[in-house]
Order: sequence, then C-alpha cells, then structure tokens
Amino acid sequence: MIAVSDKPIRAGGRRSRIPPGAFSGPPPPGPSQGKEPAAGGRSRFNADAIFRGITGSFAGFVLLLVAGMATVMTIASMPAIRKFGWHFLVSSTWDPVQDQYGALPFLFGTLLSSFLALLIAVPLSLGIATFLSELAPERPARILGFLVELLAAIPSVIYGLWGIFVMVPMLRNGPQAWLSAHLGFLPIFAGPAYGVGMMAAGLILAIMILPTISAISLEVFRAVPRAQREAALALGATRWETTRMAVLSYARPGILGAVILGLGRALGETMAVTMLIGNRPAISASLLAPGYTMASVIANEFSEATGDLYLSALIEVALVLFGLTVLLNVGARYLVWSTVKRGENRA
Amino acid sequence: MIASESQLQRRQWLSHAMTAGAFLCVLLALVPLVSVLVYIGGEGLRAINLDFFLHLPKPVGEVGGGMANAIVGSLELLALACLFGLPVGILGGVYLSEFGSSKFATAVRFTADVLSGVPSIVVGVFVFTLMVRPMHSFSALAGGVALGILMIPVVMRTTEELMRLVPGSLREAALALGVPRWRTILLVVLANARGGILTGVMLAIARVAGETAPLLFTALGNRFWSFSLKEPISSLPVQIFTYSIAPYDDWHRQAWAGALVLILMVLSLNIAGRLALRRRMEKAR
Repeated sequence: MIAVSDKPIRAGGRRSRIPPGAFSGPPPPGPSQGKEPAAGGRSRFNADAIFRGITGSFAGFVLLLVAGMATVMTIASMPAIRKFGWHFLVSSTWDPVQDQYGALPFLFGTLLSSFLALLIAVPLSLGIATFLSELAPERPARILGFLVELLAAIPSVIYGLWGIFVMVPMLRNGPQAWLSAHLGFLPIFAGPAYGVGMMAAGLILAIMILPTISAISLEVFRAVPRAQREAALALGATRWETTRMAVLSYARPGILGAVILGLGRALGETMAVTMLIGNRPAISASLLAPGYTMASVIANEFSEATGDLYLSALIEVALVLFGLTVLLNVGARYLVWSTVKRGENRA
Repeated sequence: MIASESQLQRRQWLSHAMTAGAFLCVLLALVPLVSVLVYIGGEGLRAINLDFFLHLPKPVGEVGGGMANAIVGSLELLALACLFGLPVGILGGVYLSEFGSSKFATAVRFTADVLSGVPSIVVGVFVFTLMVRPMHSFSALAGGVALGILMIPVVMRTTEELMRLVPGSLREAALALGVPRWRTILLVVLANARGGILTGVMLAIARVAGETAPLLFTALGNRFWSFSLKEPISSLPVQIFTYSIAPYDDWHRQAWAGALVLILMVLSLNIAGRLALRRRMEKAR
C-alpha cells in the first residue's frame, strides 16, 4: 500500500533526464518566429486546454464508474426491491425454489464475521503500529513493517486454500473441540466442532485486515507532530506514557478511520470467507456453527441463478454491500484525511 | 511532584512490558504469514510437475493433467485489464498531479479512494449486469474489464504521487524554454516519472492477479483452451478455488501447485515493486 499524502515536494536533490526531443517541438520565441505569431499562440493555448480536457475526462471516469455502479445495480435489482421492499433486509427466508428472498442471514453473517475479525485484528494492529512507529529502532521496524504488509499481498483464494487444509483442521481438533466440550453450555460455543464456521471466517478475516489497519494506523501515528512527543518526554514520561498520552490520544480519529477501513475490507472479503464459513443461511449464536455472508452468497449462487427475481435479489445483496462499503469508506477517509492534515499543518 | 523510587520503577516496568507486548503483536502477525508461505511452498513443490504447465485439466475422475490453459488465461486477462485500466489510471493520475488543485480533482481523488474500497465481488456484479447480461455470454472481455476497474484507483494514485516527486524546477525549465505545458508534462514530467509509474503498474498487476471473486461470473472459467474475447476463459485463481473446494485429492494437489505458481507471481511483483518504489521515494526526499 502506498501512503498517500499531499505534502509539498521539495525540488532538486535528484538527477533528472530531460529527453532531447522535449524541446524540439515549438520554436523558441525570437526573431525567427515571425510567420503567424497570433495563430501560433492561440493553437498552443488550445493544445494545453485540450490536453487538460482529455486527462481530466479520464480522471472523471472514476466518478462515472462509481455513479454507474450505483445506477446500474439499482436498476437491475428493481424487481426484487419492488417485490420485497424493506422486508428484504429483515426476512430470513432465502428460498430460490419458492422465489422468496430475504437477506437477513447474510447480513448477520457478514456483520458477525467482520465484528469477530475486528475484535482480533484491532488490538493486534494497534500493537504493531505502536511498536513500528514509536518503540522499535528504525531498521528492524522497516523490515518488520515490510513483512506485515506482505500479508496484504497474499491473494484471498490462497488464504482460503490454506484455511481449508491447515487452519480448519487445527481449529477443529484443538480449540474448538475443547470449547465445545467444556464451554458448550454457553450459547456462543454450543454445538459440535465442525472446524468451518463463523470462528474460522472471523479468524481468516482478522489475518487479512490486519495489514490494512496497521498500515493506516502507522501512517496516522507518523503524522503526529514531533513536538507532541517531545513535550511528554520532557515532562519525564516514559516511552509508553509518551505513546499513550501524546500519540494514541492525538491520533484517535485517525485510528477510528483505520478501523473503519479495515471493517470495509472485511465486509466485502469474499473468497477466503466463502471457503471457510460453511455456507449455511442460518442465524446462530454459536461461533462454532456455519454461517453465510453477503459476499459468499453472491459468489456461490450468482452464476447459477436462474430466474429474473433470483438474479435481481442477488444483485440487491451486492447493492446493499456496495452501499455499506461506500458509506464506511467515505466516513473513514474523512477521518484519516483530517487527522493526517491536522498533523501536517502543525508540524 | 516528587516521584518515589518505587513508583518510577513501576512506570519503567510498565513501559518495558508494553514494549514487549507490542513486539509480541508483531510476532503474532507473522505466524500466519510464515505458515501460509511454508505450506504453499512445501505442498506446492511436492505437487508441481511439468504436466502442470503443459496440459489441460483432465476430465473429472481422471488423475493428472495440468492448468496450462488457466496460466495462459490469467495472463490474457491481465493484459486485457492493463489495456483498459492503465490509460484511465495513468492519464487520470497525470491530471491529478498537474492540474490537481481544483474541487473536481479533490472529488476524483476522494472517489478513487472510495472505489479502491469497493469489494471486488461488487465490481464483478456490476460488470455482469453491464456486459455479460446484455451480451448473453460470460466472456474474457468482461473479466478483463472487471480486473481493469480494480486497477484504476491504484494506478491513478501512484501515478499522481510519482509525478509530484518530479522536481518543479524541471517543469519550470521546460516552460521557460517556451515548451507548451502539455509537451512539458508528457516529455519531461511523465518521462522522468516513467520508471516509478512502471513500478506502480507492477503493484497494481500484483493486486489484481490474485483476484478471484470478480472473475467468477465475468470470465467464469473454462476447462479447455479459449482465445476468443467473447468466450469464457480459465484463470489461475478461479481454477484454484474450484479445485480446492472439490472432493478429489488429485485436484487438491493441483490447487496447491496452482497456489505456488500464483503466489510466486504475485509476491515477486509485489516485493520488487515495493522495493523499487521505496528507493525512489527516499531518493526524492
């Protein structure tokens, strides 16, 4: 991931090549340029305007894309929206045979698995970001940070494969068997240990969003002004006290933003979850039980959906997912941007 | 405030304990990384053979065969994605870097960030409704477009970032010589940022090369060779997915082999890209 900042860039300090062709275009202004000075001036102005227009329209394509997604998917899910209305979000019947669709089990599965992921990933990520930005010496911090970010580069389907053949058997025979036997009277650990299920999904999601949350938190921590830390250190605070009082509290909105961005990742994550959650559209309090998420139901049923209403219901699920992630992203980006900006303005 | 000796010691001790705890977090995060790499490496090396690269998948039930068509299909899809995603990403990035102070540019930047947070499966659904449904066929083209859309925000923001690293004095020098702005941007700024943009492109390819979800119902998959843009096409990630959830041991073996090939491709692009990018950023600072 590339840290995005709007810092002004200092000029110089770097060798640069200017290709020889660069200046061959227009004649330099001078006595030799006498033929059509007015026309030449105008065409140059036009060329610049055209260039700006062309690049600008490519940039604007992004706006078109996002607006297009919202429009196209809304239109395509109209049959389901018209038929089920708000009932779609609160009904738990998902029955392609009877053509009855309610997305509640998927909504539940998505939210619960993502919540579990946050529960594990947030403390770990904050620990990682704190260590890398405040506590570790620079060189090891860089290498460790590089390795943590490598987690984000591994494709989802590979996490799924690893999950099926390595993590799930380990979960089933280890912690889940124990929980089921000894704490099975608690509703959240009720039922047999399948291995696949909500717990496996939450765990794999935690691994997958950990680099996102820690990288953004790290960026936010680094934007905290130096004077802030120096003030605390000068008052005799220890390393940890400095971190807690000067850095963590200052960066709080940014941390919240990082967490929300991680949540956005988790909500939409598809392959690994589809391979590990068990794909059963039921709402269960038990973490050992199989579940289903919005992304997984689309992945599993979309290419086989026969019938317009069925397809339209699946597209509506995608639309809900789209809306959720866009909302979260808008909120989170705002928080991260404002924290990083504030740091830069004061630094 | 007079701190007693023991109080000071306690505070120091807490500080050390928290440092150790934070370090432990880093170690914990590395456990799955090491485990994934070790298993993919071990199982993959045991499973991989020459057949894997040269043969088509065998019919269900027969042992052997390979993923030759999926490897080629993945490359084809990535090429299509670049064809669609790179012009938009790079030219959009040029705009953001060179004319990027307007409200419109801020909106584009923000939207690009939001787009990079849209789940890839949603992009798949979007491309399906936009292309597959009207054309009545899953196609390589649709798969390429879906991957291309995912590349756009990454390429756009990297291009912007890297063009900003080109010193302003260079632009001024060219402009002062009477070179029009558009030529300055293309031949001086873009040419200087070229290497960096290329690494950005590598990172974007690494990001989408492993994408499975958006291909499930755009490119779909294919057990045979296909070279037409209008036909479904096989890809490595989708093939790994299909094989790993199937109940056959031989397919699992091939899924590991596929995962090894995929991860080598993705990680080498990712690591090389990030190292090059970091060197570039540091040099410019």
